[in-house]
Amino acid sequence: MISTNDVLGLIFASMHDDAVIDLTKKRTMGSIPFGGRYRLIDFPLSNMVNSGITEVGVITKSNYGSLLDHLGSGREWDLSRKNGGLHLLPPFSHVDSGIYRGRLEALNGVWDFVEHSSAEYVVMSDCDVVTTIDFREILNYHIESGADITVVTGKRFYDSAKEQSATVIGIDEENRINDVMINPQMSGECNIGLNMFVVSREFLKNMVVTSASRSKYSFVKDVLQACKDEYKFMAYEHKGYFSNIDTMSGYYEANMELLNTEKRNSLFTKAAPIYTKIRDNGPVRFGLESDIKNSLIADGCVIEGKVENCVLCRGVKVGKGAVVKDCVLMQDSVVGSKCNISSVITDKNVEIGDGKVLTGSSSYPLYIGKNAKI
Amino acid sequence: MYIKKECVSMLLAGGQGSRLYALTQDMAKPAVPYGGKYRIIDFPLSNCTNSGIDTVGVLTQYQPLVLNDYIGNGQPWDLDRLNGGVHVLPPYQTSFGASWYEGTANAIYQNMSFIERYDPEYVIILGGDHIYKMDYSKMVDFHKKNNSDCTIAVQEVSMEEATRLGIMTCDSDFRVVDFEEKPKQPKSTLASMGIYVFTWSKLKKYLTDNENANTGSKDFGKDIIPSMLGNDERLFAYAFEGYWKDVGTLDSLWEANMDLLSPSVPLDLYDNNWKIYSRNNNMPPQYIGDTADVENSMISEGSTINGKVDFSVIFAGATVEEGAVVNYSIIMPGTVIKSGAVVEYAIVGEDCVVHENAKIGLSPETVENRDEWGIAVVGHNVEISEGAEVLPKQIISKNV
Repeated sequence: MISTNDVLGLIFASMHDDAVIDLTKKRTMGSIPFGGRYRLIDFPLSNMVNSGITEVGVITKSNYGSLLDHLGSGREWDLSRKNGGLHLLPPFSHVDSGIYRGRLEALNGVWDFVEHSSAEYVVMSDCDVVTTIDFREILNYHIESGADITVVTGKRFYDSAKEQSATVIGIDEENRINDVMINPQMSGECNIGLNMFVVSREFLKNMVVTSASRSKYSFVKDVLQACKDEYKFMAYEHKGYFSNIDTMSGYYEANMELLNTEKRNSLFTKAAPIYTKIRDNGPVRFGLESDIKNSLIADGCVIEGKVENCVLCRGVKVGKGAVVKDCVLMQDSVVGSKCNISSVITDKNVEIGDGKVLTGSSSYPLYIGKNAKI
Repeated sequence: MYIKKECVSMLLAGGQGSRLYALTQDMAKPAVPYGGKYRIIDFPLSNCTNSGIDTVGVLTQYQPLVLNDYIGNGQPWDLDRLNGGVHVLPPYQTSFGASWYEGTANAIYQNMSFIERYDPEYVIILGGDHIYKMDYSKMVDFHKKNNSDCTIAVQEVSMEEATRLGIMTCDSDFRVVDFEEKPKQPKSTLASMGIYVFTWSKLKKYLTDNENANTGSKDFGKDIIPSMLGNDERLFAYAFEGYWKDVGTLDSLWEANMDLLSPSVPLDLYDNNWKIYSRNNNMPPQYIGDTADVENSMISEGSTINGKVDFSVIFAGATVEEGAVVNYSIIMPGTVIKSGAVVEYAIVGEDCVVHENAKIGLSPETVENRDEWGIAVVGHNVEISEGAEVLPKQIISKNV
């Protein structure tokens, strides 16, 4: 067993911002609302904390106001500490750091911070995968297998026609990585990279410095693909539930999957709770004519209408006689009375006036931008 | 070094709350759950923080474990401060001996050194058995404006209620001329809410005198207020008009929860300018299943509802299984109501399991003799076995 005091967590909050461009217009990938009361960064951050990691750096690129507001001092994740704790690493926060093109360049920009840590190992995670995972097991696997880099993978159905940025990993019988493909033309069940990596700080430093000297910046292309024969890269299969947020419909489906009790229970466990910023809303108030089926509802909602197959974030209001079906409504959205909306994603603070009818499709939900009034 | 504070609040949280029976067997009354996600003490603590009062002493004595744990460093109420903040004050030993808190006044007397550290002008005395939202700073302003020595918050009550409460008689300027505990024939209907603002220098003198007189009761209502009145000190009544509800009995606790479901009751838990803060237990949002039927209820985080819930308050992490029915009831945190169980007009405590087809409580219409009807109560950590019955008015504190 290794002491988790020797492990530094690094979260890339702005990777894959382009995958869900509507949602990241005014925020980072990490600060996208998800699952009723969470932001996507809550998952990797809570996973690290629940794995005993007490020092975490969060690397951001742009639009990070909402992310800083969400994370604050890190207290809600138990990361407001004397030793270690939460460190926010926006661009230009260190000498030589700026707007980066890829993971290696981002790491190069904040290397002073990484160097300053006494950690022997680094756990890296992006914010595009929603899962509950114990990094301690992966660290032990990394050390026992003598890997230079361990890549966390998950088995799922892959279809190149529908995806934009999947990394398909080929492995031999000992789980050593022998192929790394970015969006190959194929479909079927594959080992997909979950954008979580374990690596020793020394090895990572070597990769970052070498790449910088050659103006290379992509971790997947310039390290995983280019050096897979030279070094030992291992795959660790994560067998628990996970969902990928790589497109708008992927975001919608990932929310809807939370309505499945089995999946929800494997994501939200008593042993490893997902922490988030507290808003101190009242409990949910259901009115006299409310009718709720198969929905996940966060605190502070006031529901007077009919709600079916929905995920409602904190402070959503649904008026009398309204029918809301197959929707994801973000914080403080208001659905007026006698509205009829289905397969709609509303961003924060959207107001839908009385009697409006809005219909999307489950494969292409209708998205309504932040603060819109209809 | 302590920096001077204008106001310090002292919250009396040591009482047993014996009229809540099974619900206060293992916890002090202020720690009893209320309103879906709160505990009673959240209300005075949130009122303090919302009123700009950042120094609060919480006097504990009876079963303090749950309460101490809950208050912690005061962070949920923004009361973790460098100077001031919330302090839990249990009774302690001195070189002269040790004694429990003998009465409300004695509890404050024993903690005079805590108050003195902050050298305050005013001390606010609060209780932990009422649900209300009140801006204490307005009451302090009233106290200052009247050059008062003691200001007592009062509320207009009915003549019938007046016989059970401490009643003030005032002149036209709201100066208190008379005070009676539970008068048989009330001279007025202004009842004391048990909330006092004292000028600290005066209170200090009266606490010390009361302690030296050693009358036995050492109580604000029985000793301090009458002796201040007797000495012609300036006592004023501060009329408070908002929602104020005692939750010191099983019936009133049930009613106060039901009040939250009535649109006409003016207690708004969704007001962003006066939030009621509480310690959060990091649970996912609540899930309402396909077989659920939820109407006119209040339900909190982490609960799973697959049964029928009507006119009820369901706390965090509770489960109502498919085929279970919960009507006009309060289900406290972590409790499971199994399939086929029926809970009506009842309070079920924390972390209970009500097994299949058990029946708890009855609606008043189904009971012939109305005197035999009352709320059924199940204490904390109790299991009600399959098919068992808990009758109206019954209070259960052990597995049945």
